[in-house]
Amino acid sequence: MGLVVERERGRVHVVEHSTNTRLATVSGMGDLSHASAVYSRDQRYAFVFGRDGGLTKVDLLRGRIVKRVVQAGNSIGGAVSQDGTVVAVSNYEPGGVRLFDAQTLDMIMDIPAAAADGSLSKVVGLVDAPGDRFVFSLYDAGEIWVADVGDRSNPIITRFPDVGRLPYDALLTPDGRFYIAGLFGEDGLALLDLWHPDRGVRRIMDNYGRGDEKLPVYKMPHLEGWAMSGQLAFVPAVGRHEVLVIDSKDWTEKGRIPVHGQPVFVMAQPAGRQVWVNFALPDNDTVQIIDTETLEIAHTLRPGPAVLHMEFTPRGERVWLSVRDDDRVAVYDTNSFERVAQLDIHKPSGIFFSSRATRIGL
Amino acid sequence: MIRTVIALFVPMLAGLAADALWASSELTDERIRQLNHMLIHDCGSCHGLTLNGGLGPALTPAAMHGKPTETIRQTIVNGRKGTPMPPFGSMLSGQEIDWLVDAIKDGITRGD
Repeated sequence: MGLVVERERGRVHVVEHSTNTRLATVSGMGDLSHASAVYSRDQRYAFVFGRDGGLTKVDLLRGRIVKRVVQAGNSIGGAVSQDGTVVAVSNYEPGGVRLFDAQTLDMIMDIPAAAADGSLSKVVGLVDAPGDRFVFSLYDAGEIWVADVGDRSNPIITRFPDVGRLPYDALLTPDGRFYIAGLFGEDGLALLDLWHPDRGVRRIMDNYGRGDEKLPVYKMPHLEGWAMSGQLAFVPAVGRHEVLVIDSKDWTEKGRIPVHGQPVFVMAQPAGRQVWVNFALPDNDTVQIIDTETLEIAHTLRPGPAVLHMEFTPRGERVWLSVRDDDRVAVYDTNSFERVAQLDIHKPSGIFFSSRATRIGL
Repeated sequence: MIRTVIALFVPMLAGLAADALWASSELTDERIRQLNHMLIHDCGSCHGLTLNGGLGPALTPAAMHGKPTETIRQTIVNGRKGTPMPPFGSMLSGQEIDWLVDAIKDGITRGD
């Protein structure tokens, strides 16, 4: 099961991906521009983070809101702790992270993202990490923080300043070991080995732009743990129409693949043979599929105008695409590349299946 | 001499007026609908679907109060270097940008 965000109408649709149907519609979700969701450990409840600072707990089984709080002015995402008891929310306004009890949504901790000069940064790239930790990045200050919240009354925050200009998002490798923040303000990514945080943050793929003039970026790329396929990480270049391929043995460049436009989401299919890529304006009617063995484009699809988001079924036999300007979610078979189903949903944006609950850092 | 100047001036004014009329009739209803949609959904992906802000600042009439029209226009055409605001000058005509500037200053209607 899962849900699809209907961003303009403040609603989510509970869906199932066995026969590709809608089970329920839940209204009253507030401002769902750029809404995202994470799941309770039993996959029954979704925690939806809204642009108006809303945090809403939705019961997928009963198709209704269990609890809703407006916890900040503007938030973009969150994570559930390793043990499932805490929901962390990543806020733009006020810049920081807030922790809530996953059962009751009572706030249990407030972590303002204050840089050395006291100014608050927007928080991006918030992930849960093993050992009761949350890792996140400070967009304005250019820092990475690790919060150990094992002792609720005494959180331990480790700050890594000066990781690079404007980290815009981050991923955690599926094994929970490496946190990688993409930088918007310069070419490169910042890597933190959570097994050895004492080694500090390291720059990888430095100057991948080679001094070339950056192309305009009409939509921010996104990074998540699905960047990994086997030993390789596939990430969007920023200001270049390329997918960068990084060898995770030593974090050096393995290659780069020219693509149709500015990549926004670069997602490895669970089986690992394909990486699907969608794009920013004005190229957002196209999806390309990369073969991870040959590092070549294997297919190009034109699902429709404004493909915003993609979500694979847990074992990857199908992928759901939100085609915003067709007011439709299109379901594709990843073996035949044919469209096998569609759901009529007004201006669909994020698609989140409950199997995310079983993956660290998602 | 004055008669000559007027003789030259009148056709020029007429030409300008004709240009203006011709120009304002260029934005069809459908194009306006598309621009409205772009403002809400594409600009809105950073500025919020209600234009109340997100990664980018709020673009509501209240937030834009006092900002010179030319500043808003230049930001849309050229973007803001060093920030995620990209240049839209190559994607939109001068008139389309004028429409967007007015929509931002006066407020827009949601939904289609």
